[in-house]
Amino acid sequence: MSAVITSKAPPPATGFLGFWHTFRRNKMAVVGLFMLVMAILTALFAPQLAPYDPKAITRVTIEDIYARPSAAHWLGKDDAGRDVLSSFIYGSRVSLIVGFFASMISIFIGGVIGIVAGFYGGRVENLLMRFTDVMLVIPDLPLTVVIVALTKPSLFNIIFVIGIVGWTGTARLVRSQTLAVKERKFVLRARAIGAGNLHIIRYHILPLVLPLLVVNTVLIISLAILNESTLSFLGLSDPTTLSWGQMLNFAFTRGAMSAGAWWVLVTPGLGIVWLVLGCTLLGQGLEQVLNPRLEAHHLAAGPGMVARRLGD
Amino acid sequence: MSIIQVQNLRKLFPTQKASLWQKEEQFVHAIDGVTFELRQGEVLALVGESGCGKSTLALTLMGLERATSGHIFFKGQEVTQGRGRDLKQLRRQIQMVFQDPYESLNPTMRIADIVAEPLMVHGLGGSKAARMERVVQALEDAGLKPAGSFLHRYPHELSGGQRQRVVIAGALVLEPTVLLADEPVSMLDVSIRAEILNLLADLRQSRGISILFITHDLGTVAYFADRIAVMYLGRIVELGETAQILQRPQHPYTKALLSVMPVPNPRLRRERIILQGETPNPIQLPTGCRFHPRCPIVQPHCAQVDPEWREILPAHQVACHEAGRRDNNE
Repeated sequence: MSAVITSKAPPPATGFLGFWHTFRRNKMAVVGLFMLVMAILTALFAPQLAPYDPKAITRVTIEDIYARPSAAHWLGKDDAGRDVLSSFIYGSRVSLIVGFFASMISIFIGGVIGIVAGFYGGRVENLLMRFTDVMLVIPDLPLTVVIVALTKPSLFNIIFVIGIVGWTGTARLVRSQTLAVKERKFVLRARAIGAGNLHIIRYHILPLVLPLLVVNTVLIISLAILNESTLSFLGLSDPTTLSWGQMLNFAFTRGAMSAGAWWVLVTPGLGIVWLVLGCTLLGQGLEQVLNPRLEAHHLAAGPGMVARRLGD
Repeated sequence: MSIIQVQNLRKLFPTQKASLWQKEEQFVHAIDGVTFELRQGEVLALVGESGCGKSTLALTLMGLERATSGHIFFKGQEVTQGRGRDLKQLRRQIQMVFQDPYESLNPTMRIADIVAEPLMVHGLGGSKAARMERVVQALEDAGLKPAGSFLHRYPHELSGGQRQRVVIAGALVLEPTVLLADEPVSMLDVSIRAEILNLLADLRQSRGISILFITHDLGTVAYFADRIAVMYLGRIVELGETAQILQRPQHPYTKALLSVMPVPNPRLRRERIILQGETPNPIQLPTGCRFHPRCPIVQPHCAQVDPEWREILPAHQVACHEAGRRDNNE
């Protein structure tokens, strides 16, 4: 009898199943995904979850202003006598919408600029990268504030502004990955069979840049959410849309601090932390899962691949 | 009949652009005046040490690098500076097999898609089913049987030899007339090499494909090449029938290469010619004959006059002043 046995062959490393297998073992990614899914479910089922309608017109008495948490209002009331929990649940919608759509814009611009610059090189690259550098050195927050102040503060404008400010990092990242991929032999082979630039970008560059884009999307979502909260807190959002930043803004400017109404401040604050943390964890977890250089890849020895002594 | 004719081909790569400090532009002379022809259905081996310009020559023939000067004729038509459509048509006729089968396949694509890609690029093969049929046929021709079991696999699930067969299948699917094989077996296990070489030999037999076989290993060349071209520092120094080159080499460089080839019979001893020094810098080529600094039979005029490309024996050409002048074959 041989002294060693090897256990079952490792599962396929490609395709969704292989991805899920690696993903599942990454605690950071799983926790992040869980946090994000919770937030998304909350936003989707806001009407079912919220105990009150935050937009309903109610009669307010002096007792209702900054009312402490109670059995009927678990997280108390705000300065207008509205239920904080309901506002909080509805507020998650804006954060998520802004986060997703703004990061889509960022990823699209950054991805296109990065791939075009990296793939075509030469003057095109120079021009695009200098433009990126210029955008990179302009501080994001003042720029967003100026643009939002000059346009109408609507949800669409906020998404647009956050989107066109946040693409620079992605562009640089994608460019460097494109530079690495385009030198690989299979790109030369594609040229040798007569493929044109668009074909090569579509079938050989994009699939290898995609994991990077996915990771980046998740990380940028958290940035966009944070940006949106900042803008709302500064009073630059549409006053009629209810968001966590808005809640913080109202609480801050309408004396929640001096009234000692911590629940009005802490609730949206924790919401923002939850979402941003969830996205960051998921993003970094995904980075480890998808980037074979950082973590296990199909050649790395997993616990199931190491030979064990009989009897151990 | 010749399929590809190359006349006085040159490819220079600029290393330093002229600037304020550097008045003169400098170039790497990757290919420096190469003339040869590839005949219908033959296997021509291009032999030389690394850095002598073999691979650049292949890339230039495919139009992947633009020739600096000289002419390339494909079936009598000039294709040297082809662009766009012409180049695409050319690439349908000439296919390439690369050295490294681990790098030349996209890891995110399935085997079926990799082999079907050339058909897709050229809009050939008609319907999806018809295209798949051609893919299966190409895989089986390349020795991957049953093809069905490979279609849905990814490159990393295959061995090096199998991957190289996939690369060959991807080249065959376009039914090319010429195959440029750039060191197709040097990255493979010795045990697999013979299989791939046999496959290439079979393809030549069954399809009449002309093969330009690029290698640094004279051993594999003797195995199945019809003719051998020996390249040194961007130029072909000797060209002739395989048996002729192996038995009666004329150029001192060829002799040196052959003398260090291992001989299976231990009783049969040959004097080894170990070349002195290193390959000169391809940026500043030696004057006269480019081989003279290392040549064992160098004469004073070798440093001044670049030797002509001359036919020393029937169908055997050489670029050396001294070759044939006296009997160097001992």
